[in-house]
Amino acid sequence: MLGPMLGEAWHAMGSNKLRTALTMLGMVIGVGSVVLMMAIGQGAQYAVEQTISTMGSNLYVIIAGWTQVSGARTGGGYGFTLRLGDADAIAELDDVVTVAPVHQVAQQIVYGSKNWNANIVGTTPDYLDARSWALVSGHAFTDEDVRSATRVALLGKTVIENLFDPGEDPLGKIIRVRNTPFEVIGTLAPKGQNLDGRDQDDAIVVPLSTAQRKIFGVPFAGSVRSIMVKAESAEAMPLVEKSVIALLRQRHRLREDQENDFYIRNLAAAADTAAETTRVMSLLLGAIASVSLLVGGIGIMNIMLVSVTERTREIGIRMAIGARQKDILAQFLLEAIMLSITGCLIGLVLGIGGALLVNALTNMVIVISGGSVLVAFAVAAGVGVFFGFYPARKAAALDPIEALRYQ
Amino acid sequence: MAERASDEIIRVVGLGKSYITAAGPFPALKGVDLTIRGGEYVAVMGPSGSGKSTFMNLLGCLDTPTMGDYFLVGRNVAHLESDELAILRNRTIGFVFQGFNLLPRMSLEDNVALPLVYTRIEREPRRKKAREMLAKVGLEGYAQSLPARISGGQQQRVAIARALINSPSLILADEPTGNLDSHTSEEIMALFRELNEEGITIVLVTHEHDIAVHAKRQVRFLDGLIVSDVLTPAHEVQPC
Ligand SMILES: Nc1ncnc2c1ncn2[C@@H]1O[C@H](COP(=O)(O)OP(=O)(O)OP(=O)(O)O)[C@@H](O)[C@H]1O
Ligand SMILES: [Mg+2]
Repeated sequence: MLGPMLGEAWHAMGSNKLRTALTMLGMVIGVGSVVLMMAIGQGAQYAVEQTISTMGSNLYVIIAGWTQVSGARTGGGYGFTLRLGDADAIAELDDVVTVAPVHQVAQQIVYGSKNWNANIVGTTPDYLDARSWALVSGHAFTDEDVRSATRVALLGKTVIENLFDPGEDPLGKIIRVRNTPFEVIGTLAPKGQNLDGRDQDDAIVVPLSTAQRKIFGVPFAGSVRSIMVKAESAEAMPLVEKSVIALLRQRHRLREDQENDFYIRNLAAAADTAAETTRVMSLLLGAIASVSLLVGGIGIMNIMLVSVTERTREIGIRMAIGARQKDILAQFLLEAIMLSITGCLIGLVLGIGGALLVNALTNMVIVISGGSVLVAFAVAAGVGVFFGFYPARKAAALDPIEALRYQ
Repeated sequence: MAERASDEIIRVVGLGKSYITAAGPFPALKGVDLTIRGGEYVAVMGPSGSGKSTFMNLLGCLDTPTMGDYFLVGRNVAHLESDELAILRNRTIGFVFQGFNLLPRMSLEDNVALPLVYTRIEREPRRKKAREMLAKVGLEGYAQSLPARISGGQQQRVAIARALINSPSLILADEPTGNLDSHTSEEIMALFRELNEEGITIVLVTHEHDIAVHAKRQVRFLDGLIVSDVLTPAHEVQPC
């Protein structure tokens, strides 16, 4: 029964091609935009999640804050309120796994005839652990290297790409930063962009002491710009935050009425906000796209109503030769579903094509999940049934003789 | 069929139909009694507006009476569900219209096979049967033509083939030759005669005496009532 009815529905669609095409267009645009928007939204979400996973989990960053230096306030991150001793003290706190003081400045790096501007991250070996940053080759520097200010460096992927020829092994090579030679002892695994869109691989990691003494030069010996603190678990984070603040205030001898002279930033919270934002954005995009799906459905209903009216006589003839009400219902319902599913298929193809095009043109991450395709398909079929039902029922409820008399 | 020739196939008792019009109810059929047995060939005659089509539509289960009862093969049609009526229209009755009523976008073969779609017959046997029926009405080789491409007489043959495809015991024809010239009409009437000889009961509406004499019995309507019901005199019955 379904076979011949499918054939007939196909035939009916083909009998007025322009109208069928225009009706399907609504569906095509609806499904196409849902798929495209979901691809972009999920892509953004994926990108954020990806970034979050590269930042290292359960991390706080403490940034040196303003301080009264000869009567003038210095800007955030440029004060000298944090000291190495602070980092050591924080490391003693409960639920703190790792602490890494960081002094980071962008500098020109030279290797042979090539040069490149990258972030010089002066830190301790624990930094790699805090950021869950693996090495691809070579080895990390040690606490001993930090104590004796050895001139060794770990290079990020972007730096390697810009300083070395493809295929050239950077291990053991000497690069220069502000005329100070550094031996490359390790290469870092790629991490991609951070939440602000900055390339995390555009960095070289060196011992803190070496960076401060040989490159940056620090006016107050023993000060650092920031300290990374990794908590035991996500649950322990609020506690760690409280005790870090209390500890630093005490160490910095701040009175009750004085503000913190440092900033403490929860990277995970920032990441969660970003993730939430993209999630809301992708939901919104999906919702807007769904409206066009709805409009497509209404278009189908409209054309099915017209079709029922136009074919009243045909319905009468079919009833006169033995069609039951449910046969007529099935016929028109099937036509509506076929319209929407065909439109949906075309929309899927165009939506996926559009998403790939967006990806190719903008480098925006897109994610086409089987789930979203399936959802779009199911919704379209649902739209066909929902909007096709009323016209189909109207057709089935026709009185045979009235329908036959209809001119 | 022949062994059931004397079975009662149609019995109407006090059958009436009032149409609802702007000017109030209009009684087009005012209570008629009639019994038709299996194998009969009845011509329904009467002036325009006398209620013939109204009567035929009731017999064909296309419309419902406003009074009286209609027993089709012994079953009171008033008690049947719409699905059961559809099954009767599909298998027991073959309806032939004055205006042919073929579906214009379908091939003749598909038109003829259409009732079998609702009998849930598969495509291949359906086509085979449709071809047989087309051959029976003298239209072999036209299976793939469209209704608009053939003459009125041929269209009516197709409509008859469609009415016959489910081997109905009753053919109802409302002015089947009304749109045809006299020569073509004769051909169609010969076809009906043949079918009747095979045992199919035929009730046929016509205005023309020449057509009516093909039938064995003539029922005359006037103002919604049956005013005469006679056998066609033997000498008038057209030889085959
Ligand atoms: N749907 C309808 N609504 C109202 N009145 C109707 C309807 N159908 C038929 N009539 C009226 O009922 C009466 C009988 O009509 P019917 O069609 O049965 O006549 P008929 O004998 O078939 O006539 P004809 O020979 O012209 O076909 C007519 O007066 C007609 O105007
Ligand atoms: Mg009539």
